Amino acid sequence: MAILSKEEAKRILEKVISFSKADGIEANLNGADNGNIRYARNSVSTSGEDSNISLAVQSYFGKKSGSATINEFDDASLEKVVRRAEELARLAPENPEFMEPLPQQTYGESKTWSESTAKITPDYRAQAAADSINPASKKDITAAGYLEDSRNFAAMMNSKGLYAYNQSTGVDFTVTMRSNDGTGSGWVARNFNDVSKLNTSEASAIAIDKALMSRNAKAIEPGKYTVILEPSAAGDLINLMLSNMNARQADEGRSYLSKKGGGTKLGEKIVDERINIYTDPSHEEVPASPWMGNGLARKKMDLIKGGVVKNLIYDRYWASQKNVEAVPFPGNRIIEGGTASLEDMIKDTKKGILVTRFWYIRPVDPQTLLYTGLTRDGTFYIENGKIKHPIKNFRFNESPVIMLNNLEQLGKQMRVSTGGFGGGGSSLIPYMKIRDFTFTSLSDAV
Amino acid sequence: MKRRDFIQLTGLGLGGMFLPAQLMGKSVSEQVLLEPFLDVPAKKNLADVALSTAKSSGATYADIRIGRYLNQFISTRENKVQGIESSESYGCGVRVIANGTWGFAATNEVTTEGIKKAAQRAVAIAKANAKFQKEPVKLAPVQGYGEVSWKTTIQRNAFEIPVSEKVDLLLNANAAALQNGASFVNSNLFMINEQKYFASTEGSYIDQDIHRIWPTFTVSVTDKASGKFKSRQALSAPMGMGYEYMIPKTEDKQWAPQGMVLYRNSYDIVEDAATAAKQAKEMITAKSVEPGKYDLVLEPNHLGLTIHESVGHPLELDRILGYEANYAGTSFATLDKLKSGNFNYGSKIVNIFADKTQPGSLGAVGYDDEGVKSRRWDLIKDGIFVNVQAIRDQVHILGQNESHGCCYAQSWSDVQFQRMPNVSLAPGKDPYSVQDMIKDVEKGIYIAGRGSYSIDQQRYNFQFGGTVFYEIKNGQITGMLNDVAYQSNTQEFWNSCVKICDERDYRLFGSFFDGKGQPSQVSAVSHGSSTARFNGVNVINTGRTI
Repeated sequence: MAILSKEEAKRILEKVISFSKADGIEANLNGADNGNIRYARNSVSTSGEDSNISLAVQSYFGKKSGSATINEFDDASLEKVVRRAEELARLAPENPEFMEPLPQQTYGESKTWSESTAKITPDYRAQAAADSINPASKKDITAAGYLEDSRNFAAMMNSKGLYAYNQSTGVDFTVTMRSNDGTGSGWVARNFNDVSKLNTSEASAIAIDKALMSRNAKAIEPGKYTVILEPSAAGDLINLMLSNMNARQADEGRSYLSKKGGGTKLGEKIVDERINIYTDPSHEEVPASPWMGNGLARKKMDLIKGGVVKNLIYDRYWASQKNVEAVPFPGNRIIEGGTASLEDMIKDTKKGILVTRFWYIRPVDPQTLLYTGLTRDGTFYIENGKIKHPIKNFRFNESPVIMLNNLEQLGKQMRVSTGGFGGGGSSLIPYMKIRDFTFTSLSDAV
Repeated sequence: MKRRDFIQLTGLGLGGMFLPAQLMGKSVSEQVLLEPFLDVPAKKNLADVALSTAKSSGATYADIRIGRYLNQFISTRENKVQGIESSESYGCGVRVIANGTWGFAATNEVTTEGIKKAAQRAVAIAKANAKFQKEPVKLAPVQGYGEVSWKTTIQRNAFEIPVSEKVDLLLNANAAALQNGASFVNSNLFMINEQKYFASTEGSYIDQDIHRIWPTFTVSVTDKASGKFKSRQALSAPMGMGYEYMIPKTEDKQWAPQGMVLYRNSYDIVEDAATAAKQAKEMITAKSVEPGKYDLVLEPNHLGLTIHESVGHPLELDRILGYEANYAGTSFATLDKLKSGNFNYGSKIVNIFADKTQPGSLGAVGYDDEGVKSRRWDLIKDGIFVNVQAIRDQVHILGQNESHGCCYAQSWSDVQFQRMPNVSLAPGKDPYSVQDMIKDVEKGIYIAGRGSYSIDQQRYNFQFGGTVFYEIKNGQITGMLNDVAYQSNTQEFWNSCVKICDERDYRLFGSFFDGKGQPSQVSAVSHGSSTARFNGVNVINTGRTI
């Protein structure tokens, strides 16, 4: 069991700090118990558990710092790791961007731990897989899925008196259902802190339906189409935009948020005025740690309000250069939605395409945030308010900035795992209807 | 790929590359990287504990990997050192078959007691998993090699070079970029040494010492007036070499259009950084491409990634069978196409082979992670799809009785599975130079270096960008192009291959952190080729306004 309580972690960290002979010291103690089960071809292929706990120490002399890690916690080992960090700090070159540790911060209440997830057993995982495989095999479908769960804690302390602690749990489930004739494929994903909200049977039924519905897809011409993006699809693209809100890059003139002639687009409208995006670590649906790894407190904060950029992410060094407060990287993102269900949105669509998910999204041009990728596991043509037939997958070339300027409608929100580079955590994303979404070629892939 | 398993190394410098946290192990001083590991007799004794414990606990097969994984990573930007990290990860993994089912357990307690417990746990897991097993594991036979060893041929262990010397080289490259007009530059140097000892109940005791190195940078130029910014990545390749790769040699410099220099078995990072800055500046005002059909002349440091995605991945047997269906996907290259013996993967001049023995390549080892000796085999012969990549427990599905030797685990704590070997395009048989590729092209584009890449889950439809693009008109390079990406279908693309340079232009491209599996594991793999031409490929314009 690698989960230490707040008091247990504090005792170890106080000991670590007491061994310091450097100008200052900061220590991070992290532990996790993880478990997983993977299945394919309607059979479990691998399953496992791992447990680890480690201490990372950073010591500094002036602007020279050194780090060392260890996974033994007796007094002699703790002293050894501090001495090693100090030795490395003395040898290190000066880092002009080094920032001294933060003093004590005020953190909000954490909502990231769930007892039900903490109690997951190998039997639970086997049953969750069976609940997904059994209905598939009854319908001539082959299931391939993966369930991963974790219990972890993070604690940090420094020589300026800061102590922070958080514990969290999480479960991720994805399954791909393929029809045995090879012409249909469906997918579903679920992501929760609290595993009691997960029902792999209910989720798998959705993917099975999609696999059956997507058989024998027809090809339609690539081009610009109105699309209804399910939350996973919308979230994968928009989270890439939100991960690129770094103030330094924008100030340096190498971001989509850099302005012609210099400066940034902070305070400017960049997307449709109905777009409101914020982060809030205490959100009930998508809770996040109230602090990030360097101890900065996370608070509720607007990223985009009424289509206007409200905040950029400032690391501590860049904030000091610009005389502003440091802004931590968000632990979650919430995009405000509407009240329409997916069914309502389809009913209101004359001609359009329903996209279950995107796949293999890669950056094409950082200047315009153009990305390419493909639809996958359930793409359908909508005509006169109804799903008409499945269609072959498309490759798209689109920018989330352009996409959010072409907004038609926001639907109900759903929790999704945050994908994309620099991601982590979870997001609350609405179904979205977008006009003029750019598909550039057809794919034969099922 | 689960992002929470990954730490981002630097913002801009790595262009979206990540190093798995589990590979980093514990931070150590650079001296530790040169300290000796357990000696071979000690490793053999420990290995025998695992094998005998597993057998007495009921295993019918067992193997153990005792691994020490050493990494060093240096990152800089402009005139500053951003990070120097040396790390060591040490432990062992025991894999067994009991009741016809795999079981695996790992421990960092490399002692008789720790290994005994791991072996017993692996057997217990196998027996528990046997309840879900439909068919018992069937292993292809392999020879027991006795006590053998293998080492990457290196001239200088990169860990023997003082960190200050490596930092100076990166800072010199940064200075060269800045002197030539760069606004920003990030440079990085990765060095890896895998010290692995493998033993199995087949009678092999294999000691290996594997080295890899990767220097890379991103040079950016910003233009305040237009608000434009452009970046140019290094044209280096990650290699299975020592520090000798960082010492430029004239004979390794390859001709390329517009005064550009490309590199074979050694790299001139300072020269390339200076060229990069000039090219990034040129990109600010370069012409935007007119979309349409073009003849593409693709140099090896670009073509390698196309080979990787459109040939390497679709020919992984586990993927073809559906084991990766929920993550990376399946494959259009099905077993019926293989068995037909007449599936035209490419044109008649396309010969693509797998080879785990190529000197200097990232995938070169003496033996794979289940004790199979490395070898070379054909995947596509004279354009026909003839074989795939398989390991001991799946090769029988092909009707073959010998593993291809491409089993790998990223660390001692991960279970080994099928990973891509080096997959390379054989050089052309006719004596063609790069100039010969260009001279009879009416409307074409020369593309160097890797860029954006994306391919569907069955590996039909792909889109690739590149690092640098030059327009070809009537057999002449006429100038730089912007906003280029090509889209094609794997079979169509390889059948449009009309000309391949001979072996004088052959060199390696590499992927240092190739991801696969759930939980995801990385591996490093090279792809060799000579510059080749593909006629009539669809090029799109990726320029947009926001």
